[in-house]
Amino acid sequence: MKEQLPALIIVVPLLTALLCPLVARFSTKLLRGLGIAAVLLSFLSAVGALGHALTEGPWHYYFGNWLPPWGIEYVIDPLSGVMAVLISFLSLAVLFYAGSFGREEGRLKKGIFYTLYLLLTSGLLGMVVTGDVFNLYVFLEISSLSAYALIAAGGDKATVSTFRYVLVGTVGASFYLLGVGYLYALTGSLNMADLAVRLQPLLDSRAVLVAMVFILVGMGIKMALFPLHGWLPDAYTYAPPAVIPFIAGAMTKVMVYVLFRYFFFVFGIMNGFVPIVLEVLGWLAALGIILGSVMAIAQSDFRRMLAYSSVAQVGYIALGLSLGNFFGFIGGVLHIINHALMKSCLFLVAGGVKWKTGEYLIEKYAELGNRMPLTMGAFLVGALSMVGIPPTAGFFSKWYLILGALEKDLWLYVVVIVLSSLLNAIYFFRVIENAYLKKAPVAGKEIRGEKKKAELPIPMLVPLVVLGVSILLVGILNEPLISNILQYAFPGGGL
Amino acid sequence: MKEFFAEYFVYWLIFILFMLGPYGIIFKKNLVKKLMAMNIMQVAVILFFLALGQKAGGTIPINVPGLVGAVNYINPLPHALMLTAIVVSLATLGVSLSLLLLIQKHYGVLEEDELLRRMNQ
Repeated sequence: MKEQLPALIIVVPLLTALLCPLVARFSTKLLRGLGIAAVLLSFLSAVGALGHALTEGPWHYYFGNWLPPWGIEYVIDPLSGVMAVLISFLSLAVLFYAGSFGREEGRLKKGIFYTLYLLLTSGLLGMVVTGDVFNLYVFLEISSLSAYALIAAGGDKATVSTFRYVLVGTVGASFYLLGVGYLYALTGSLNMADLAVRLQPLLDSRAVLVAMVFILVGMGIKMALFPLHGWLPDAYTYAPPAVIPFIAGAMTKVMVYVLFRYFFFVFGIMNGFVPIVLEVLGWLAALGIILGSVMAIAQSDFRRMLAYSSVAQVGYIALGLSLGNFFGFIGGVLHIINHALMKSCLFLVAGGVKWKTGEYLIEKYAELGNRMPLTMGAFLVGALSMVGIPPTAGFFSKWYLILGALEKDLWLYVVVIVLSSLLNAIYFFRVIENAYLKKAPVAGKEIRGEKKKAELPIPMLVPLVVLGVSILLVGILNEPLISNILQYAFPGGGL
Repeated sequence: MKEFFAEYFVYWLIFILFMLGPYGIIFKKNLVKKLMAMNIMQVAVILFFLALGQKAGGTIPINVPGLVGAVNYINPLPHALMLTAIVVSLATLGVSLSLLLLIQKHYGVLEEDELLRRMNQ
């Protein structure tokens, strides 16, 4: 059993997804148990595989025993292992939380919800662990298609914003596939490790540059890199509150991970045209950080504010990638972890407040600090981490990004990072002010629960608190995390 | 001239088809036309892969008795890959058509400017 762990990460949620509509006919409790069990099993496999990769080096799993470059291989190295653990952890937390929504829906709809959710999970996990560029495309489309369907479930406005997302997302996927076509035409291989070897003599050819740009544009659309972020705010705003914490937390991060995988492990960070492409990426990221933060200040809807802040935060990760040195890599990967946890946590808060009071507008958050102390406590941790106040996790990733920028004498990037932290502070303190300092003019509405002080139900509260605590833990334990795991994720094994 | 047609012309055609996609998505106001443009773009990528697999003088990749050597057969891998891509584009088309049905049912219109006007009411 142990030697099949990398496959189990993907196969368990994939097969369970097919069972869900069937199980839904019999019992919704069994359905929920089955879904959670599948993601839990996937999470445990990911932890096991990561442990194995750390003690005994990268783990190559050959599907059907076809050796690469002919067959498809899954690769668990420290980077993909960490990502797989992170995604399955988030998926588990949000699935636990999602049960409180849509209780009044029919059984078939619940079954389909679990199917789509598990497909999305296995698609994202597949993108992370696969070692084959075309296989990555297939998983990309599995996760995107299920995300489209999940977001469209958010109501009438959601259908329009999803349609726009489908169009733009498919353009992104087509660009990616075209880039893969160029790489295949150049080398005749689709395996990442094999590509890295075969591309070495070709790195100065313009065709590699074109492939690089196509892949960058494709993934840039999917990860909402400025100025390709147009689809994101509407899609995140109108999506149903039960799934958006997972989609916002995991999806864009996986797309950035793909870029990390390509630029550090396939093309090689110092080779050929890569530094030029990365420089362009760095400027776009810096622009996105500032403009995303400014747009977030202008929003009155909490979800829309978080969506624009996602554009800015993805910019940080892309900035770390574009630096191309050790500190940039560590800062970027650490920020992938931090931002996934923070954004999920904040969207869980948004969903919880909606569940309790029916409101999304920031001005309606008055007195919530009193009424929902634990929920708002988790919000406070997430918000402080977004701003980057120690000892929360957000501080340390920004610290490493600044170190990386200083090493390359890019002072402007340092200014951008500090400035955007101030902008973050402006829009998060506005929410904090509303929740803790302002008095509500009329007594706040309660659409659920009799007692005024009642918190959220336990299944919603537990994921919130767990994510809040994990943000603090990643912050406090960032040094062991880096020296024991992330350091080995850097190609060449760190300093 | 003959060489140009034999070697590069197909790629120019594919390039034009591919760029029709972004053009249609940006400039056409009707959502169905946008969807068609998206699908044309996917088809262009599929054609690109198929053109890569082609070669002059090669036959279909099924073992013909007496015909040995890879030179005599076209490369079957792009075709296998594109079968998957065709399925993907079919699924995308299905999802987006059902979205269009929902939009049409609720807003009663598929023209973008009119749709935006009705959404903001």
